[in-house]
Amino acid sequence: MLNLKKSLAALALGTALLSAGQAMADDYTIDKTGQHAFIDFKISHLGFSYIYGTFKDWEGTFSFDAKKPEASKIDVTLKTTSVDTNHAERDKHIRTADFLDVSKFPEAKFVSTSVKSTGEGTADVTGNLTLHGVTKPVVIAAKFIGEGKDPWGGYRAGFEGTTTIKLKDFDIQKDLGPKSQELELIISFEGVKK
Amino acid sequence: MQLRNSPSRYGLVSIVLHWGIALAVFGLFGLGLWMVTLDYYSPYNHSAPALHKSIGLTLLALMLVRLLWRFISPPPPTLSSYSKATRLGAKLGHGVLYLVLFAVLIAGYLISTADGRPIEVFGLFAVPASLTSIPDQEDVAGAVHLYLAWGLVIFAGLHALAALKHHFIDHDVTLTRMFGRRAD
Repeated sequence: MLNLKKSLAALALGTALLSAGQAMADDYTIDKTGQHAFIDFKISHLGFSYIYGTFKDWEGTFSFDAKKPEASKIDVTLKTTSVDTNHAERDKHIRTADFLDVSKFPEAKFVSTSVKSTGEGTADVTGNLTLHGVTKPVVIAAKFIGEGKDPWGGYRAGFEGTTTIKLKDFDIQKDLGPKSQELELIISFEGVKK
Repeated sequence: MQLRNSPSRYGLVSIVLHWGIALAVFGLFGLGLWMVTLDYYSPYNHSAPALHKSIGLTLLALMLVRLLWRFISPPPPTLSSYSKATRLGAKLGHGVLYLVLFAVLIAGYLISTADGRPIEVFGLFAVPASLTSIPDQEDVAGAVHLYLAWGLVIFAGLHALAALKHHFIDHDVTLTRMFGRRAD
């Protein structure tokens, strides 16, 4: 009888702790409705300048607690066909089997696996990037920009992160030349607390 | 040779338009298939598509002239030796050739202008974009352009075979009058 009471008490305490832990890291939806969210990329053109592109159609959620950045998580999915480099002919080419092969691989994904604080408001977000049908771990150097109440009754937190990937690592074999083997991915967004 | 068409023969304008456009269609088809295989570092990576677009828009203008010319100077009537079915088939076939050619040309224009960019014609002037709001315009127009272009050259091939059949089997002047001979 005593044992049962003890275990019940332990269970209650455990549940209380667990729910407290959950309450600490808040869940956010990335603000695509108001378009405070960008997944851009930057790649060298022949070594002379950079081409910037963006993915217009994507969505994601994250959980975040400024006091416990290690507990943060992020999950992002994008539609590869929404690539836009401000040049229809180039976009058409990027969507073909030479690059993104969007009919075969309509989605790309990033799901975080661990977050390691690297300093005041910075962290390395490790996760699995799925692109062109290939899933590989990447590390995003993330920066916390700010959080607080917005003027419309919501609560927001915003970040920016960058990582560099090699095209060949994701089985994109089209060779654009020695200066264009890799590209920089930039994700910049704010989330609205759920 | 007379410029205008008459009831007994084709005039020079129609003849030159017919053969010039035939040459342009097959030339553009070959150029188009070749240019999309070019490597990024090919010296023709820029000039081949520019030439394709310039000839294509010129062809669109010529097709409009050709269509207009049919009303200004109607082509001679079909040969009296043709059967009813041949007359109908010829009319339908020519209609399809005109329609598909216009569709291929317009689809091509819609690829390059999908983002509002104009198309340069031989570096002389630019044709502005118009329709830019079709969802995934460059991809949809691209698929239409490719498949209809294949359809067009196959159909034009059948058109040529039909002309050869008239020449070698029926022994009529269908083919030779397209070179200016009298239909008598």
